[in-house]
Amino acid sequence: MEPNIMQSGFDFHTIYQFINGFMPENLDWLSFLITSLILGIVIINALVLSTAIYTWFERRLLGRFQSRLGPNRWGPFGVLQPIADLVKLLTKEDTVPDEADKPIFTLAPVVFLVPALIVFSVIPLHGGSFMGRLNIGLIFVIAITSINTLAVFMAGWSSVNKYAMFGAMRAVAMLVSYEIPMGIAVITIAIAAQTLGLSNVVLAQDVPYLLVMPLGFLVFVTAASAEMSRTPFDLIESDSELGAGYHTEYSGAKFAILQLSEFMAPIIVAALVTTFFLSGWRGYGPIPGPIWFVIKTFVVLFGFVWIRASWPRLRVDQIMGLAWKGLLPLAIINLFAVAIEVFIFNPGEAGLSTRDLWIMAAINWAITIISIYVIFFVLGQNRLKRPEPVVSPLANMYANTNVVNNVSDVMEAD
Amino acid sequence: MYGLGLAKGLVVTAKNLLLPSRLMTIQYPDRKVGLLGLSESTGMPVISLILKDPLSCVKAILGLMVVKASVPQHPSFRGEEFVWYEQRCTGCASCAKYCPLGIIEIVTSESGDQVQEGQKYNLDKFDIDIGRCMFCGLCVEACPYDALHMGSGFEEGQYSRKDLVITKRQLLGAKKKPSTWFRPQLSSKNYDPHTDKNIKWDSAGRHEKPSLQEQQDNWVKR
Repeated sequence: MEPNIMQSGFDFHTIYQFINGFMPENLDWLSFLITSLILGIVIINALVLSTAIYTWFERRLLGRFQSRLGPNRWGPFGVLQPIADLVKLLTKEDTVPDEADKPIFTLAPVVFLVPALIVFSVIPLHGGSFMGRLNIGLIFVIAITSINTLAVFMAGWSSVNKYAMFGAMRAVAMLVSYEIPMGIAVITIAIAAQTLGLSNVVLAQDVPYLLVMPLGFLVFVTAASAEMSRTPFDLIESDSELGAGYHTEYSGAKFAILQLSEFMAPIIVAALVTTFFLSGWRGYGPIPGPIWFVIKTFVVLFGFVWIRASWPRLRVDQIMGLAWKGLLPLAIINLFAVAIEVFIFNPGEAGLSTRDLWIMAAINWAITIISIYVIFFVLGQNRLKRPEPVVSPLANMYANTNVVNNVSDVMEAD
Repeated sequence: MYGLGLAKGLVVTAKNLLLPSRLMTIQYPDRKVGLLGLSESTGMPVISLILKDPLSCVKAILGLMVVKASVPQHPSFRGEEFVWYEQRCTGCASCAKYCPLGIIEIVTSESGDQVQEGQKYNLDKFDIDIGRCMFCGLCVEACPYDALHMGSGFEEGQYSRKDLVITKRQLLGAKKKPSTWFRPQLSSKNYDPHTDKNIKWDSAGRHEKPSLQEQQDNWVKR
């Protein structure tokens, strides 16, 4: 598989050079501004549109998983449903509680939305991302995605509602715990790829890292779906306990923005999983790179929706136990396995060869199966024992009475 | 091992996704169909449908084609829009007397027509207030000449309560698709009001009045 190293041409540097060609001498700042504006409009529209499509995709698919139809009335196959939702949400009254901390209350949806957009600007869709080839992409992504913890806490704190506060506190505890295995999984990728740039990570994947380090994939996907608080880990906004969690008090346009960024998170995470583990835009045949990227992203999203439809929510202690007792050891095992293998192969400047990657894959699959079995066996020892059922004193009330079991017996007796 | 139930859960939902027979939703009053669904609902094969009506085929492929959908009911479903045959009615007002709620209002006048068991009266007024009707069907059971039948539909919603009173004119103009409830002469012919045609008064048939001996026999058998 020959890596297709073609710059997309649509990145910050190229556009800046192009616009600067028309500008007089001392107006560098203006062309900088115009470039930022163009890229901002492109990124926001691309992401919001794909989020709209994704909400429709998720709702239809979730419906079918639950033996329902999902939205199918408005437009062909219900495609225009997100527009109807948007109009409904924007025309609702935008209320702010009297005792709320109003500046923070207003700021929280924006703080929630912006990191998602920023992360999308550095994901390489084809050769480079919108920001060109950022050479510290891994650190940048981890740093920026952590901001939404702050946004959740701002929303919960400022709305002065005990349920919102519960949701926010749970969110902070959970997100901080899951950040650690996720970070270790990303460090493992950096070690294997010998680089911190997202484009270079994709270029280093002659064999997709899903095959090379399945343990890292598992840890990363689990931690990431906890980060975006989707169903197995959605106790942040568990409706049966907390109303709606941190966005209990939100309505109208602010609620729309919160929902938008909440539905944007799976897209971002799926794009990251594609970049880290499914070899990004690289593919076979004449199909261009961005289309491969979109296909892989939607396969990952399908997996997320499937999991959301199937699995029940975990308890608080189970979630913390999974993070600290399950995922953290698995992440560390994966880190050491990959680090030792890279140390032995000692690739130098050229990076790991395809042969080395296949050998690593074979070793790591064995390690994965053994370690998952051991860890989950150990975790399974701590299951709560169900108490023995207490027999009711009335349980055998009818034991000695004559109950007619068969009508024909009585007939014969007559 | 810890976690096998997760795989089982995934299998259950995957079955829901892949097997169309697991889809439970019944769409009413209309539903969207694709090309195959359109050919099924019109009863034509796909190719002749494409040749005959290409526009609706394109709409069906785009997912914009809407066809009426009905909820299947039993032929003896007791519905609104009572079927009344005025040729049979003698104005005896048995239905009004037997109605437990007293919602049938009948005003008659003498006409002089003699029928087999007495005089036939003119009906000046025959109102049924189905806003209070509970569809027990006692009026239909009481009718000695099989002039009144239960209807078969249930789509007679109105915006105000006084529109729910069915007048004589409405009864005359209503669809003559009687339910087979308490009408053995219809159910023995396998008449289905939801698919079959209207029935005229002289072809509706009458069930034989059982003789005294038969009544006594039935009573003993019970």
